[in-house]
Amino acid sequence: MGRYVLRFVAIGYVGALLLVPLGIVFKRAFADGFGPAWDAVTTPAALHAFWLTILIALIAVPANTVFGVLCALAIVRQRFRGHGLVNSAVDLPLALSPVVVGLALLLLYGREGWFGSWLFDHDIRVIFALPSMVLATIFVSLPFVVREVVPVLREIGDEQEQAASTLGASSWQQFWRITLPAIRWGVAYGVVLTTARCLGEFGAVSVVSGRIAGRTETMTTHVGERFEAFDLVGAYAASVVLALLAMSTLLLMTMFQPKEENAR
Amino acid sequence: MIEARGVTKRFGDFVALEDVSVAVPGGSLTALLGPSGSGKSTLLRVLAGLETPDAGEVLILGEDATGVAPQKRGVGFVFQHYAAFKHMTVWNNVAFGLKIRHRPKAEIEERVAELLELVQLSGFAHRYPAQLSGGQRQRMALARALAVEPRVLLLDEPFGALDARVRKELRAWLRRLHDEVHVTTVFVTHDQEEAMEVADQIVVMNHGRVEQTAGARELYDEPANEFVMSFVGPVNRLDDDWIRPHDLELTRESNGTTRPARVERVVHLGFEARVELALDDGEGLWAQMTQEQCEQLELQPGSRVHVRPRRARTFASTSS
Amino acid sequence: MSTVATARPIARPRSGGGALSVGVATGYLSVIVLLPLAALAWRSLEGGWSTFWAAITDPQAVAALQVTLLLSLAIVAINAVVGTAIAWVLVRDSFRGKSLLNMVIDLPFALPTIVAGLTLLALYGPRGPLGVNVAYTRTAVLLALLFVTLPFVVRTVQPVLLELDRELEDAAASLGAGRTAVFRHVIFPNLFPAILSGVALAFARAVGEFGAVVLISGNIPFDTEVASVYIFGQIESDNVTGAAAVSVLLLAISFAALLGIGGIRRWATRHDG
Repeated sequence: MGRYVLRFVAIGYVGALLLVPLGIVFKRAFADGFGPAWDAVTTPAALHAFWLTILIALIAVPANTVFGVLCALAIVRQRFRGHGLVNSAVDLPLALSPVVVGLALLLLYGREGWFGSWLFDHDIRVIFALPSMVLATIFVSLPFVVREVVPVLREIGDEQEQAASTLGASSWQQFWRITLPAIRWGVAYGVVLTTARCLGEFGAVSVVSGRIAGRTETMTTHVGERFEAFDLVGAYAASVVLALLAMSTLLLMTMFQPKEENAR
Repeated sequence: MIEARGVTKRFGDFVALEDVSVAVPGGSLTALLGPSGSGKSTLLRVLAGLETPDAGEVLILGEDATGVAPQKRGVGFVFQHYAAFKHMTVWNNVAFGLKIRHRPKAEIEERVAELLELVQLSGFAHRYPAQLSGGQRQRMALARALAVEPRVLLLDEPFGALDARVRKELRAWLRRLHDEVHVTTVFVTHDQEEAMEVADQIVVMNHGRVEQTAGARELYDEPANEFVMSFVGPVNRLDDDWIRPHDLELTRESNGTTRPARVERVVHLGFEARVELALDDGEGLWAQMTQEQCEQLELQPGSRVHVRPRRARTFASTSS
Repeated sequence: MSTVATARPIARPRSGGGALSVGVATGYLSVIVLLPLAALAWRSLEGGWSTFWAAITDPQAVAALQVTLLLSLAIVAINAVVGTAIAWVLVRDSFRGKSLLNMVIDLPFALPTIVAGLTLLALYGPRGPLGVNVAYTRTAVLLALLFVTLPFVVRTVQPVLLELDRELEDAAASLGAGRTAVFRHVIFPNLFPAILSGVALAFARAVGEFGAVVLISGNIPFDTEVASVYIFGQIESDNVTGAAAVSVLLLAISFAALLGIGGIRRWATRHDG
């Protein structure tokens, strides 16, 4: 008996909180048919937002992946001063409000920021332009590849690399032929999480981009903008695009997930 | 042909090796024998270049190789837990060293086939390590190490992760392999039976130092100190004498040089019998004899006997 | 993690490779994360201590922090219970669609927060099909926070539950313990550290949440305005120093909470090998 109650509670909770609301959004987006929804997401502003989001992800994800692998190697295999700091700093983005992240970047690169006057003198726009949006997105999505690769590296140890070294492999050959293949699933999962975070970033980007429609809007800030303009169809349609991306991400996550996390 | 001279290695406060010198003759099979923490694995790794000594040198064929990276030393290394390249097939594992050296494809194919034949894994070329048993994985690791024709083959407790029966089989197999291939080999073990069965020369180590270097026979009959004696075989201690259980003679009657004792327990182990004794002062000993001898003496728990060592060794010990 | 009997360090003598990884890691982290945070900390004190104090004692700021902390504690409590229940169902129960449920749990990780807020607004807002309207109330904020923090406790408890040795429960049962007793004395003590970890993550996430909250809460000062929205407002009003001050305070509170939870966790696992 208790089992059914628990099951009902679990499914009901998840349904009421996650699934039903999402379903309503889909319904509302297509309330007037497919046409208006399609028109809403193919306006110049919406398309620009879409491609800008993709562009930012195409920069942020590879950067954080390369960093992630190197950082994981440093954390697991090297002893150095500042080891504890690096280990903790990697987790910081998860504990910070995105708005605070945006603010910190503003205080560094903004007109009155530490680098503000230097940037202004050299006519380099960071805030209210692409570079700050990229930096913000990199900041918030930084931890994922590291956190996924570290346990894998810890588990496999470095004996295979030692064996490779006795067989004549240089450090680079060891990395390329032994280390990378061994961690590839951890990296894949980390990349999926990073990408999802990049696509979903809202708060930090809102602060640093100025949310200039048609110029510095991402898909998420576009949703917000459409909502504030009382264009609900536009907001819902854009949300559907994001939700579809999210569901693809979920599928990829389930495929690449480390086995231990799957329920029996 | 490979030699360590005066090697010292510390890990923080822990001294793993202290002034260790070992010479391995070309073509021989040498065992580094000792308990956990004796430094034997560390010494092996120093020889391979996987650790750098804090003091001392490593010489290969007379040349100083102390600062040389493992890639360039020409040593083959086999790990206790195989260190198999999990994402490569058996074939690719064995071919790895040759591929790194960019050998021509035809040469690689020939050599790998030859080696797989040598280690009896020919049918497994396209399997992955996860599909092999422990013993098969270790044979693959050996083939892999031999592929690049190393000058020295180093094995770190190669059979430690395997179960007893496989261990015994592979032990004998290693000896036969060595006789066939004649590569200078050094292997680490904590199992004295293994060392004595397989090796030409045994280096007994304890607490980072070499206690004795000798052949199996000499080690057993003429141990240099108490540690070696008790490590290499079972031993009884009587006052200052160290006596092997099979050197403990039991008689029914005293003959002047014997000491009285009482039989506590008789354990029958097939051909042998093990007799546990207690002296009058309570000290315990045990004797090893054939079943026949045991029956002749009519030994039973509670029997009174007399004991005398046929052979005993004494060591000038400072502390035990 | 298993440890080897030898005292070998992890690091091996490496040529450039090791130094490269350390260099890149520290450099990248410094530029991307630490430098901006340093600017934040520094600038928050720009007007001196009195300006800092004035900023964090501003009534609206204080109200925003109170609302944030209150609601974050509430979701922590709810998540601790419901999250464990969901994890239990995923591990110990079996029914058709269970793997779908398992996959859906991660939706809040994958879905942008702004969309999350919009979906909640669609169902529980003014034109919701259920006739329920909690928009612009604290309940709305609560819902938004529950949405984004759903996976945390579930995902930290799940693996522990999976690994839990059934033998312990059998042993307890054979000694006469009933189902509740087994849960209380055998299962729960093992789950507690994992629940705490999940709670810590959920709390850290909740106090900083912005996107999910900003549409549905109406951001009414002294009522439904949370700290992150307040800070955002201060930035828009060009009160950057004030925003920085409140941010630093928010960070300090987060860290204090995390340290506290970490401490409880260490106490709870003090008998672990």
